[in-house]
Formats: sequence, structure tokens, C-alpha cells
Amino acid sequence: MRSVFVLLAICCSPAFAGETSSSDALINLVHQDCGSCHGLTLKGGLGPDIRPNALSHYDVSTLSTIVLDGIPDTAMPPWRPLMSEADAKKIAEYLLHGDLK
Amino acid sequence: MKWFGSAILAILMVGSLRAETIVSTGDLGLVVERASGSLLLVDQSERASVTRITGLGDLSHASLVYSPDQRFAYVFGRDGGLTKVDIVEKQIAGRVVQSGNAIGGAISDDGTLVAVSNYEPGGVRIFDAETLEMVADIPTGSKTIGLVDAPGRKFVFTLWDEGETWITDMSSGGPQITKITEIGANPYDALITGDGRLYITGLFGEDGLTALDLWNPEPKPIRVLPDYGRGQQDLPVYKMPHLEGWARAGREFVLPAVGHHQVLWIDGQSLAETGRTDTYGQPVFAMARPDGRQVWVNFAHPLNDTIQVIDTLTKEVVHEFKPGPAVLHMEFSPRGHEVWISVRDAGKVMIYDTRTFEKRGEIDAESPSGIFFTSRAHKTGL
Repeated sequence: MRSVFVLLAICCSPAFAGETSSSDALINLVHQDCGSCHGLTLKGGLGPDIRPNALSHYDVSTLSTIVLDGIPDTAMPPWRPLMSEADAKKIAEYLLHGDLK
Repeated sequence: MKWFGSAILAILMVGSLRAETIVSTGDLGLVVERASGSLLLVDQSERASVTRITGLGDLSHASLVYSPDQRFAYVFGRDGGLTKVDIVEKQIAGRVVQSGNAIGGAISDDGTLVAVSNYEPGGVRIFDAETLEMVADIPTGSKTIGLVDAPGRKFVFTLWDEGETWITDMSSGGPQITKITEIGANPYDALITGDGRLYITGLFGEDGLTALDLWNPEPKPIRVLPDYGRGQQDLPVYKMPHLEGWARAGREFVLPAVGHHQVLWIDGQSLAETGRTDTYGQPVFAMARPDGRQVWVNFAHPLNDTIQVIDTLTKEVVHEFKPGPAVLHMEFSPRGHEVWISVRDAGKVMIYDTRTFEKRGEIDAESPSGIFFTSRAHKTGL
């Protein structure tokens, strides 16, 4: 069974720059890893609430830039080293709309 | 004499009935199953799960403390739920939703009060451990972090936004609050040492940590390692480190750096730096084995599949291994012969011998995060 877990882990990892990830992997990343600060349900923790209502003043492009480059002088880190621009855009869409097409 | 024989028999029967129903809890523990809102009751000696207790709400980032008799656990959920769990009856004994967004709690040294740290609304609320009725509400106007119990029916916590530490003395009924300012920028977590003397706060907004000597009637902030990252580019932090009362390793304290892939060593008396150990990633937990001889470290996303073990005498990494995807927490057996490790995305708690590093067992669990053995009941700050 262990080899199966390893395979799963590799398949589910977010794609690095230039690649794209499956929707399931990105949703898992948002809830588990963004969730470290923003809460598993995204309603906020040490970081702010990032549910759709709280982000409604952002557009996809601005929000994906924040995901990629972080916010200086805050705890929001840049995710660019870990994900492609296409994935950041998909994450921004997911955060704004609450689902992924 | 016949009545006497019957009486003896009756006493013996009662005795044996009792023996069947007695549940000893000293080697039990609870594993938080963060996604399913459940707890797994585990038996340390058997290396096995006993049962699952469900219905605890949102348990992401949940933690818990134990009553002094090691019968009840008080579970602090992210959704503000405070749940009292009876591990003898294996069921929920009480539950209140006391805020919208909570981040951990503590139990007073006498076991009568349970305090919860809240993000929204920011502050600390204190409850009767027996009834879960609120006995004090301490709004802070800020997210509160690093809530611990301190000797003398006190609780200590820190304000993320303001950089203040508040000492709340509950020894004479209502809360007597002492505020200490200038702790530093964006304190993210804090710990109290096992003797209840030092309260050490980690800072996110600047390099270094701040210590308070609680034996001093008017504690003053003591800056620790204020320059540890100077001249180096900060690395992104994808998960905040945690500070817990497992920091003492021999004569030193060992603490995770923030924004640098290192653990930091300071002298237990002078608090001066005694060394640094480069690590595989951003440390999340740096936990000394109970005897202090080793320090086990896990890491933030995306390097969270790995554990490194550091030797306290040489400060060198002596062992590195990959238990599996998303290692979230570790808990030592009370005397440190084994360590239990939650591996979230493998759905397992894995058990290792801390001397040979051999795997001794594993337990199925749903997205396991924190592991809490009942021996914590008798430790300040846990």
C-alpha cells in the first residue's frame, strides 16, 4: 500500500511553475495549506476571511497576483515559487466564486 | 457463619464487577481528526485506537487539554466550540460554542478553570471546568495567541496586533490583569517553560523572540536573538511555527526560526545564543524528547513530508526520514521511548522508537493532526 500513497502524493501535489494542476489538487491545497492561516473553511485565522463575500472587491487578476507575490510586510507569502500563473488564476477564481468549473 | 461467607462472596463479586468497569486513562490519548470533526481515542501501550468520538464541529487547528484526573479532555475547535469529552465513558460530556473563531486554550493549575483564546471576537474567555459556564470575558480588541496556564491560577496570552502580553490572575475570583507592552511586532505564538517561569513569545514581524520572567512580580520584556536573521533574505513562510512547552533540551532551549530554515539554541539561564542548526525547511514544531537528548523537527508546506532528528549535544542532524505526506504533529510517550507522528494525507498515525528510529506501528486515522497523550494533564503549559 505504501507505494500507492507515494503515487497519490505525487499526483496530488500542486504543479510547479509552468505546469497546471487538477482542480481537486488545487482545492485541497487551498483548504489544507492556505487553510494553515485562513482556516480549513477559509473563514479566517491568523490570516483574514477569504470566503467569496470577503473578497468580492477583488478581480481575478488582482487576486492571483496577491497569491503569486504575497503582500509585503504581512504574513501573506508569495506562492510563485510553488505554483504556475495558470494555477494561481484558477485558485483566484475558486476563491471568488466558491467553485471551479 | 453462613452470612459471613455470603458477605465475602458479595464483596468479591462487587470487586470483580468494579474491575471490569474500571478504565485506566494514564496511557490513553486523543488524536484530532481535523476534517471530520472527530477524535480518535488511542491506547499508547497497545499502539492501537480504542474508539472514535464524533460531533465536535470544525477541528482544523484544534487542540485540547486534560483535567487533572485524566478523565476529561477540553477540546478547542476552530469554530469556537469548547467541548468537554469524557474519555472513560467515551462520549461528549458538554459542549458550548463560545465564539466565532478560536485558536486554542488552557486549563488552570488547579483544574477548575478552562480558558479559550479567540480570534473573533478577539479576546479570552474563561469557563468553569465542571459546568462550562463562563466565569470571565476578557475582550482584547485583537487576535489573541499563545494562551498558556501559569502557576497560581493564572493565564498568560499575547495580542497579535498590539504586541502586548496580558497576565490574568484568577486566584482571587475575578480576573486581575497585568499588561506588558512592547513585546514585539506580530507575536505569532508563545510557550511557557515546564517550571512555569519563562514565557517565550515568537515574533513574525521582526527577528527574535521575547521572554518574560514570570517569577518577577513586574516582568519586563527580554529580547532574545534580536539579530538572528540579519543580513539574510527572509524565506517565505507557508505555515507559522508553533511554540510548545517542549523547548528545553538539556541546559538549553531550542526554538524554530521564522523565515529561515534553522532551529535556534539559547542558553537556559542567560538566554544568549548558543548555536543554530540548519534544517531541511521552515520548522513548524521543534520538540525536545522528554529527556532533552534529541530534538525532533517537522516542516512547513511544501517540505512537510520529512522529519529531522537533532542531537542535543552536537546540535547536528543525526537522522532524517519521510514518514509520508503532510506530517502535522508529533507527540512523545511520557518518558520518550516512542514518538507518535500524524501523517495527514496518508491517513495514518505512525509510531517510531526514538532510539533505533524503527517503526513500531501505525494506526488508521482520518486526516490526523494534533496528538495529545493524557500525561499532559500534569504538565504546566500543556
